[in-house]
Amino acid sequence: MQYVCLVYFDPKAVFGQSPEAEAMLAKIGPHTAQLKASGHLVSFQPLVLPNEAITVRVRDGKASATDGPFMETKEVLGGVVLIEARDLNEAVQIAGGFPHATLGSIEVRPLVDFSKPRPKL
Amino acid sequence: MSTVAARDALEAAYRTDARRVLATLIRLLGGFDAAEEALHEAFAAAALQWPREGVPANPYAWLVSTGRFRSIDRHRRQARLDGALHELALATAPESASDQELLETGLIPDDELRLIFTCCHPTLAHDARIALTLREVAGLTTEEIARAYLVPAPTIAQRIVRAKAKIRDDAIPYEVPGRAELPARVESALSVIYLIFNEGYLATEGPSLLREDLCAEALRLGRLVAGLLDDPEALGLLALMLLHEARRATRVDTTGDLVLLENQDRALWDRACIAEARALIVRALAMRRIGPYALQAAIAALHFEAASAAETDWAQIVALYDVLQRVDPSPVVALNRAAALAMRDGPERGLAAIEAVIEQGGLDGYALAHAARADMQRRLGRAAAARLSYTRALELTRQPAERRFLEARRRALTPLE
Repeated sequence: MQYVCLVYFDPKAVFGQSPEAEAMLAKIGPHTAQLKASGHLVSFQPLVLPNEAITVRVRDGKASATDGPFMETKEVLGGVVLIEARDLNEAVQIAGGFPHATLGSIEVRPLVDFSKPRPKL
Repeated sequence: MSTVAARDALEAAYRTDARRVLATLIRLLGGFDAAEEALHEAFAAAALQWPREGVPANPYAWLVSTGRFRSIDRHRRQARLDGALHELALATAPESASDQELLETGLIPDDELRLIFTCCHPTLAHDARIALTLREVAGLTTEEIARAYLVPAPTIAQRIVRAKAKIRDDAIPYEVPGRAELPARVESALSVIYLIFNEGYLATEGPSLLREDLCAEALRLGRLVAGLLDDPEALGLLALMLLHEARRATRVDTTGDLVLLENQDRALWDRACIAEARALIVRALAMRRIGPYALQAAIAALHFEAASAAETDWAQIVALYDVLQRVDPSPVVALNRAAALAMRDGPERGLAAIEAVIEQGGLDGYALAHAARADMQRRLGRAAAARLSYTRALELTRQPAERRFLEARRRALTPLE
C-alpha cells in the first residue's frame, strides 16, 4: 500500500538555527538514503515556504489569486513524501522515523482506492 | 535459478515463514519495531539475492539471520550518526550468539507462543490484545483488521501503537510464563483466540471472506497453543472451535438463511473435525483440572453424537451445564442451560427458566435471550407474548440472516390468539 506523509512544521522552529534544528536538518540526508535503501521511499517533494506561494480560486467564473495560504496556525506544510508500507501501522512507524517528526508533525494519508465507493458525507 | 522460481519461493516463504521469522526476530532484537523493520529488510534482501544465488536450504534460518544482521548494521550506522555510544553497545549485544546457536535457538517453536503471550498480556486492554494478536501473530494488516471489525483503520492503528508502547514501557517480558502465572495467562490468551474465532463464526456484519480468515487463524493459534502446552483448557478450546467448524457448512442454506441445529443436515457435518475434537475432549477430561472450554466442548460433542435433535441426550447436556454454571456462573451459560432444560422437560419449564434468567438481569440487551423466550412462547401458543419477544429480539439484532429468521418466525405467528 502507498501512503502520503504530509510533513508539517513551524518554519521558525526548523530554520531558527537552534542546535536542535541544526541537528535535525543534518539527519535528513542520511535518513532519506536509508528510506530509499529499505524500499519504503517512493518519492519526496520538499516545498518552499508559503510566503512564495499563491492561492488560486474560481468563483462565479472569475479567477482570483491571492498571496500564500494565510496561516492561522504556526505550522505549515513543508513537504510531501510518498511511501510504500505493508499497512497503516508500518506507515506510522516509518513516519515516526522522519527527522521532522521531532520538531513538527507528520500526517499519514492512505491514497484513494478507486475500487471502493466514494465517501458519502 | 530462474527469476520466476525464486519469486515463487519468496512468496511461499512469506506465506509460511514470515510470522515465525518475525516472532524470532522480536526475541533476538528485543522489540517489535526493530523486528518488523528487520523482517522487511530480510525479505527485500531475499528478493535481490535468491534469484542470483539460489533459494537457501532453510529459508526461515536465512531470513532470521539476514534480518538480524541488517538490524545490527542499521543500528551501528544510526549510532554513528547520533554519536550515541550506548546505543552501539546495545545493538551489538545480540551478536554474541553464534550463528550456529541462532539456528538452534531460532528453530524453537516457542517464539510464536511467546509472541501470543506478550500480545495477550492481561495489562493490555482487551481490544488491544485482539488487534495486536491479529497483526503480529496472524500477520493481518491494520486495514484488514479494521474491515473485519468494522472500525476505522486509524482506531486500530492507535490501539496497536499504544499497546506496543505499553509493552515497551512496562517491559512486558517476551516469554512463556512460569508455572505460577501460567493458568491465568493461558486463560487470557485462550479468550483472545476464542473472541477471534467467534468474530469470524458469528459474523455480525462484513465481508465473509475475511470472516473465514479469522476462523482459520483462530484454529491455527488454537492448535499452536494446544500443541505446545499440555493444558486441558487449550485442548478444550481447540475441540470447541473444531466442533463449530465441523457444522459451518450446514449453519446457513444456499440463500444465506440460518438453519437451526434441529434442521441441519447431519450428513454434511465434517466427520474428521468431529473425530479430532472428540479425541481432544477425552484428553482434556482425563486431566485433573476441568474448565469452561472443555465443558462447552463436551456439551457440543453430545449434540454431534445424536442422529437427530430429538435423540440428543438432553439430560446429560443439562447436567454438564450445571457443572459449567459452577465454573462459569454467567447469565449466558444460565440461558443456554434453560434452553437445554426446555428440550429435556418441555417449553413450559423452559420458559420459566428463561424468564428467571432474564429477571436476574444482565441479558436484557442480548437478542438471543429474547429470541429464546419468543420460541418458548410460540411453542406454547402464546402468540401475542411471542410477537412482543420477537420484536424485542429484532431491535437488538443487526445480522441480516438472523433478522430474516426472526422476522419469518414473527410473521408465522397466528394473527389472533
